[in-house]
Amino acid sequence: MQLDKTSPSGTGTPATRTLGVLVIASLIALSLFGLVFSAEDVVQGSTVRIMYVHVPSIWVAYMAFAFTAISSAVYLTAKNRSLGWDRFAGASAEIGVLFVAISLVTGSLWGRLTWGTYWVWDARLTSTAFLFITYIGYLAVRRLGGTHRQRARRSGVLALLAVLEIPLVHFSVRVWRSLHQEASVADKGTDVELDGLMLFSLFFGLVAFTLLFVWLVIHRQRTLWLEDAYADKGLDAAIVARREEAGV
Amino acid sequence: MEHASFIIGSWVLTAVSVVVYAVFIVKRGRSLSQNASREEFPWT
Repeated sequence: MQLDKTSPSGTGTPATRTLGVLVIASLIALSLFGLVFSAEDVVQGSTVRIMYVHVPSIWVAYMAFAFTAISSAVYLTAKNRSLGWDRFAGASAEIGVLFVAISLVTGSLWGRLTWGTYWVWDARLTSTAFLFITYIGYLAVRRLGGTHRQRARRSGVLALLAVLEIPLVHFSVRVWRSLHQEASVADKGTDVELDGLMLFSLFFGLVAFTLLFVWLVIHRQRTLWLEDAYADKGLDAAIVARREEAGV
Repeated sequence: MEHASFIIGSWVLTAVSVVVYAVFIVKRGRSLSQNASREEFPWT
């Protein structure tokens, strides 16, 4: 069977396929820059290479949760209350949870090499773990029963509360004494100097992971649309069956 | 490369997690789209 490349197959379109190719190419390039071309750090040695996936992962998680809150706010305040915003919020939160988990594990591996332990109950690590659990809860709330609009309303309110944790996580290293270092690249007040290729690799990672997030969120929100449509059709069929039983 | 197992492990774990999730999304989308006509899709 010959697939028609111009018509959508599942959740893909020509535009998302092009984006997908761009994502794969940028991730391959990131691997080369992060693992091969960039130099070792003077202090951290080769362990700095973990940073090229750790930092972009938490960046995507922050962005995803912020996007969840914005989409939820639009849903709750817009006059037409399009469920598309709710699906974007749900898709984004799910991706955020995945990337927080990646960030926690890669950070833990880096911590074992640098601090000598996989985990400490430090302010940054603990607040990040709390953020992870909060959004697991958010996803659980989305799966509670009820209509799509009930789901969108309750999860929307929760998303607006949960996003307040992000500044808590980010500034935890300043508010409390922390083993985790403060922002050392973006903060102009520090005397940290990065080799040009190291800095490029780090920012290239942020761009590559952002493109990956866009690709994932587009596909996931379309899958959620299909799940909602499937549930609606099932409900419609059940209502028709019950009416026929009752002779209405 | 010093600590290669930790470094490669971090990258592999990241790649595998993302690929597994992406495959799950695409497969679920393809499976569910069998139940709807393509004209209904908002993205077509």
